[in-house]
Amino acid sequence: MAAHLKKRVYEEFTKVVQQQHEDLSAKKLRLTKPSKSAALHVDLCKATSPADALQYLLQFARKPVEVESVEGVVRILLEHYYKENDASVRLKIASLLGLLSKTAGFSPDCIMDDAINTLQNEKSHQVLAQLLDTLLVIGTKLTENPSVRMRLVEVACKHLTDSSHGVRNKCLQLIGCLGPVEKGVAKEVESQAAKDVQKIIGDHFNDQDPRVRTAAIKAMLQLHERGLKLQQAIYSQACKLLADDYEQVRSAAVQLIWVLSQLYPESIVPIPSSNEEIRLVDDAFGKICHMVSDGSWVVRVQAAKLLGSMQQVSSHFLEQTLDKKLMSDLRRKRTAHERAKELYSSGEFSSGRKWGDDAPKEEIDTGAVNLIESGACGAFVHGLEDEMYEVRIAAVEALCMLAQSSPSFAEKCLDFLVDMFNDEIEEVRLQSIHTMRKISHNITLREDQLDTVLAVLEDSSRDIREALHELLCCTNVSTKEGIHLALVELLKNLTKYPTDRESIWKCLKFLGSRHPTLVLPLVPELLSTHPFFDTPEPDMDDPAYIAVLVLIFNAAKSCPTMPALFSDHTFRHYAYLRDSLSHLVPPLRLPGRKLLSSPVSPSITPHEDPSQQFLHQSLERVYNLQHLDPQGVQELLEFTIRDLQRLGELQSELAGMADFTATYLQCQLLLIKALQEKLWNVAAPLYLKQNALASAAAKQILEETYKMEFMYSGVESRQVVIIHHMRLQAKALQLIVTARTTRGVEPLFGMCEKFLQEVDSFQRCFISELPHMQGSFVDKLLDLMPRLVTSKPSEVVKILQTTLRQSTFLHLPLPEQLHRATANIIEPTGESDNPLRFTSGLVVALDVDATLEHVQDPQGTVKVQVLYPDGQAQIIHPKPADFRNPGPGRHRLITQVYLSHTAWTEPCQIEVRLLLAYNSNRSKASAKIPKSTWNESLEALPQSENGIEGTIPFSKPVKVYIMPKPARR
Amino acid sequence: LVCLCLGPGAGQDVGRSCILVSIAGKNVMLDCGMHMGYNDDRRFPDFSYITQNGRLTDFLDCVIISHFHLDHCGALPYFSEMVGYDGPIYMTHPTKAICPILLEDYRKITVDKKGETNFFTSQMIKDCMKKVVAVHLHQTVQVDEELEIKAYYAGHVLGAAMFQIKVGCESVVYTGDYNMTPDRHLGAAWIDKCRPDLLISESTYATTIRDSKRCRERDFLKKVHETVERGGKVLIPVFALGRAQELCILLETFWERMNLKAPIYFSTGLTEKANHYYKLFITWTNQKIRKTFVQRNMFEFKHIKAFDRAFADNPGPMVVFATPGMLHAGQSLQIFRKWAGNEKNMVIMPGYCVQGTVGHKILSGQRKLEMEGRQILEVKMQVEYMSFSAHADAKGIMQLIRQAEPRNVLLVHGEAKKMEFLKQKIEQEFHVNCYMPANGETTTILTNPSIPVDISLGLLKRETAIGLLPDVKKPKLMHGTLIMKDNSFRLVSPEQALKELGLAEHQLRFTCRVHIQDPRKEHETVLRVYNHLKGVLKDYSVQHLPDGSITVESILIQATAHSEDQGTKVLLVSWTYQDEELGSYLTSLLKKGLPPSTS
Repeated sequence: MAAHLKKRVYEEFTKVVQQQHEDLSAKKLRLTKPSKSAALHVDLCKATSPADALQYLLQFARKPVEVESVEGVVRILLEHYYKENDASVRLKIASLLGLLSKTAGFSPDCIMDDAINTLQNEKSHQVLAQLLDTLLVIGTKLTENPSVRMRLVEVACKHLTDSSHGVRNKCLQLIGCLGPVEKGVAKEVESQAAKDVQKIIGDHFNDQDPRVRTAAIKAMLQLHERGLKLQQAIYSQACKLLADDYEQVRSAAVQLIWVLSQLYPESIVPIPSSNEEIRLVDDAFGKICHMVSDGSWVVRVQAAKLLGSMQQVSSHFLEQTLDKKLMSDLRRKRTAHERAKELYSSGEFSSGRKWGDDAPKEEIDTGAVNLIESGACGAFVHGLEDEMYEVRIAAVEALCMLAQSSPSFAEKCLDFLVDMFNDEIEEVRLQSIHTMRKISHNITLREDQLDTVLAVLEDSSRDIREALHELLCCTNVSTKEGIHLALVELLKNLTKYPTDRESIWKCLKFLGSRHPTLVLPLVPELLSTHPFFDTPEPDMDDPAYIAVLVLIFNAAKSCPTMPALFSDHTFRHYAYLRDSLSHLVPPLRLPGRKLLSSPVSPSITPHEDPSQQFLHQSLERVYNLQHLDPQGVQELLEFTIRDLQRLGELQSELAGMADFTATYLQCQLLLIKALQEKLWNVAAPLYLKQNALASAAAKQILEETYKMEFMYSGVESRQVVIIHHMRLQAKALQLIVTARTTRGVEPLFGMCEKFLQEVDSFQRCFISELPHMQGSFVDKLLDLMPRLVTSKPSEVVKILQTTLRQSTFLHLPLPEQLHRATANIIEPTGESDNPLRFTSGLVVALDVDATLEHVQDPQGTVKVQVLYPDGQAQIIHPKPADFRNPGPGRHRLITQVYLSHTAWTEPCQIEVRLLLAYNSNRSKASAKIPKSTWNESLEALPQSENGIEGTIPFSKPVKVYIMPKPARR
Repeated sequence: LVCLCLGPGAGQDVGRSCILVSIAGKNVMLDCGMHMGYNDDRRFPDFSYITQNGRLTDFLDCVIISHFHLDHCGALPYFSEMVGYDGPIYMTHPTKAICPILLEDYRKITVDKKGETNFFTSQMIKDCMKKVVAVHLHQTVQVDEELEIKAYYAGHVLGAAMFQIKVGCESVVYTGDYNMTPDRHLGAAWIDKCRPDLLISESTYATTIRDSKRCRERDFLKKVHETVERGGKVLIPVFALGRAQELCILLETFWERMNLKAPIYFSTGLTEKANHYYKLFITWTNQKIRKTFVQRNMFEFKHIKAFDRAFADNPGPMVVFATPGMLHAGQSLQIFRKWAGNEKNMVIMPGYCVQGTVGHKILSGQRKLEMEGRQILEVKMQVEYMSFSAHADAKGIMQLIRQAEPRNVLLVHGEAKKMEFLKQKIEQEFHVNCYMPANGETTTILTNPSIPVDISLGLLKRETAIGLLPDVKKPKLMHGTLIMKDNSFRLVSPEQALKELGLAEHQLRFTCRVHIQDPRKEHETVLRVYNHLKGVLKDYSVQHLPDGSITVESILIQATAHSEDQGTKVLLVSWTYQDEELGSYLTSLLKKGLPPSTS
């Protein structure tokens, strides 16, 4: 019902749009132009009371005004403005003036004088403020004209002394947006005013109203954004504003200080109450750090965010942010971090903690303890402990940015980041894991830190675990115990969450290849080999064993002595894994390995990129052999397709390319096969069976071409032409087949017409590519075009048939990068034997979790399809928010699918799969589905044999056992 | 003028908080606590100290309780029912809800278990609670026409609040106990820039700066997790309220996150009731709990179940929270005795233990305990100590002072030696006076109260119209007449004042002679002076009158030649007292002489 209603709403909406289009037609404009302003005039004259006039104005404001009539309307409004006594009506008129001058294509300079004039006699503060706002709109439209700007700024300066904060606010805003910025102009005529802009704004830093103070700072920032170099003198003023009573002032002041610290990082400022001097950026850093413990969380977030971008700050100050001198009863205490470090360096690792372990040691000089100092002390410690998670996230981000630029700081902040892994809010945890990954090139994890990091592996959130695997992929571990620990924890993770398998293997792959020397001493233990005894051969299908092997093989890649430690079965397992999990197991140079290796993996030969070569060679072969006898061509194609598919499985980086070409060759093969049918010349009714084959081939080619066009990312126009060409051939084939099988001539007329249209559009779309297509089907077809247009359908069919047979086979150029869009449904797993029970007629939510790779614009194209056993199909558009983007080219869909059905007697399986929607009429870029359709519109579409028109199934279907029970009465 | 009397308790002492504040003629009692360490009369504050004879109700305007801990509210029934006080008692809603439970429990232990007499009864607790007025956070409560109070969030425990007490323009902020770092179930204390005349702050951790909470939490969780994975049992002795909830939340979320299956038990009784209130007062908890309670109330524990005595003998790992916290009696001790023999098990003490308790003994490393009946209990289980305290540390105290910007600070609820250090620091950093009175000591603080004066709008507008815009930083000079009549102050224009008082107006003029060396003729001198003044005083109207005199606004300047020396001209400057400012400026300007003439 809701969906239906929504549809209606959209229908109505579209109607409105259409009417607007009519409005915009030139003819109508001329008609409405006089009437509109005149009508307004009449209305306003008619108005007996201010309330009436206001009503008219409000109604008027709802309708758009054309560019041509804006000026007329403005004149009428102004006329009424002068006459009007009621402030509220004047206010509305003033706001309308602003609105009107925003109209695209209208140049408001003609009404500026009037607007300024109105200012002069205005008494009401609100109206004044609104008028200034209007001027601001006018000014922003006329930014190129310096004299207009000067004039407006002067007007604003005049009204700065107004007693109302609203007016002053607007004045400052105006000055900020329009004040002169260019140095050159300043020197000439308006040198005085130009110099003064900063001073004028600066004077209002001490305004009595906090809103005006905020506006002043904002205006200053605006000036900065527009390119004016702010004076350093403002710094001290801004520092005073940090102690303001109002949070918005403080928040803006923090920004201003940050701007100044970026402008004058190296200038020297004195420290009050002492004779020392420090760099401005350090001073500003200290001050912003101080704001991290502000009373208002808005300011704290602001401050924490800005800290991250202050990279010029000296390391001494930077490191203070992580330092919080602990003490207990006036005696210095070591932090838990320091203790952990000490324990680690003393070689004693897991000591039970005793009471008094953290007993304070040395006495502190009371004078030396600074409880609140201006410095940066412990800013991040506070920020990371803040009660608002917004502040914590901001602090983590800042930490990340600072650590990226300073390795020593990265080392120091590690402890704190590790601590954040235990935050109560998942977002913060995730953020800190990501941060850690970003700075991982700067750090090496200590064992105790690793321990804490690894503890998070048991987190029940998949996002967290995956982020952590990513982190471990690029982490440096210092000891072999660390590696062992990581392995053990990862294996524990594997047993607890078997779905993490791929991610863990990948993680171990990198862990192994990064730390070959650390893995080496662990090998005997990991493989549980024994110097004297043979140990039982482990189960090859055990994911945990595979994980261990992935680690070892990747380490062995850069550690030639390692294979000597392998036992026989390890070599066998290597061969197996190299074959089955080629993306995880690298090629190894093993002694005597050649004998064991299977012929399909010739990758140990040191040729550069042999698989790529192989790909190109096999393609070359195919293209060269186009004039062989049909039988030979078919065989060659079949073999090549097989080779390519195998190659795609083995070499993940070439998979896209191989699949793409294989699909293309497959199409070609199908075409050839269809044309090779011996019975083409026999009378129609006799070979119905063969026809089925040919028409099926045509259909399949069509589908494959859609797949080729829309499922691969990186397809260029050169390929698109060839794909379209193939499609055209398929359509021709279809036409021929239909012509052969149907008796009457009438249906053929329509089809021929359509086909010729398509040829025509093909020519128009790809006119530039035609020269490359010598001797191809379309080339020949275009030559024959004049004949085709005039001839009868039967003639056309005949011509097509011959052209199709004679046409050559087009060479498919390969793009640089080609990736096939893939999807993998992780959840539901389809292994459950327990049916999902729910009451019929009601709705049950099914969690769907899938990874998508190389899908462009998944929000618009990826759909979930549910197939019920009765053949009913349902397509669900997931919400844009259900897609996450964990890395480039990768997406993750986590959504809920609502299922419902009438009652069944038995539990039965439904199929869930992902579809890639495409729009064959438009090019790939514009294949977006209109926004309005994403929300829960469940459309039951008629099911075709293999997916739905306009969509490509691109994931393996997953079966879900469900059981709608009849409702109990 | 604020006078403060630290009558009965608190002062330089932990426990027995009770502070008496006298502010602008109003008397307010802050907290009414008892001392845990005593079992005789000393456990309650000495209320006779407040009024030697006479009724308390007449003397006190109100009583404010900051939170439900017994050292802050334990003596309340005694005070109101046995000593006799009928005035209003203010506390926050959660405090009002939980306070009677604790009082009842305390009463039960003292009367039923220890058999004391002459103690307050259940009925007295009920009667006492009837006098309580509950307040919301940031709600300004008007106690009477002049006295108003306002509560701020204080962290520490559920419902803990800081109170601002305000009479006229004098104000006091009393913090009670507070916590500046958020924990797993409560947020951090917060106060606006209310600039009170006096801030009364607790100072339990005056000399401590604490480490980040995360390390402690992580350690705690790791310990528990490891033991449970080993198949051991974990005993956590806690007191029923406060920390117990924090630890529960901590474990609950950890269990949830890590998908752990081992059961967690909570000893029943008091805690169940308390948890119920934690569920109700979600708005008083921290951000995370407040934000997620729509999906699930965090205090509706999924993994934590009520404990039954029989569960202690169940095999397999488990975590048990049991009262009391110092292992000196009750369920926690019973469980401890059962589990102490197994080295796989662990006991975690989350708080401080008083000397003489089992808790203190095992923490100080004793492995063989002598129990009742000469039994020797060998402790093989691991003993861990984790401090989870919810008081502000030195940095937190300083942070609060920075937020509130008080004019004076007074430290209570701490040890004298430690307070000394903090006092010195506060004086050094904020340049405000800091006090630390002992028990029974009275501190008097002089305030500088601002006195409101009525001014007529006409006069205000007229005066502000003169000169520049008002500026916060600079005092503004106004002309008017102050009339003090019937205990009120009014500022009126002089004319009106004259009219009201029926007086005639007198003019007062100042004249001054300035000698100028100028050999030229008089009118030339005048012209020079005129030009000079015109040049200097751009904003004023300077006129050259035909009679040879110059006027600057209403100031008259005339020049005559000196009778003896023709080279010296005497300038006569005359102004009314209203123009005193300009007049004196003018004379000083003229005294500096004229600039060398250009003509």
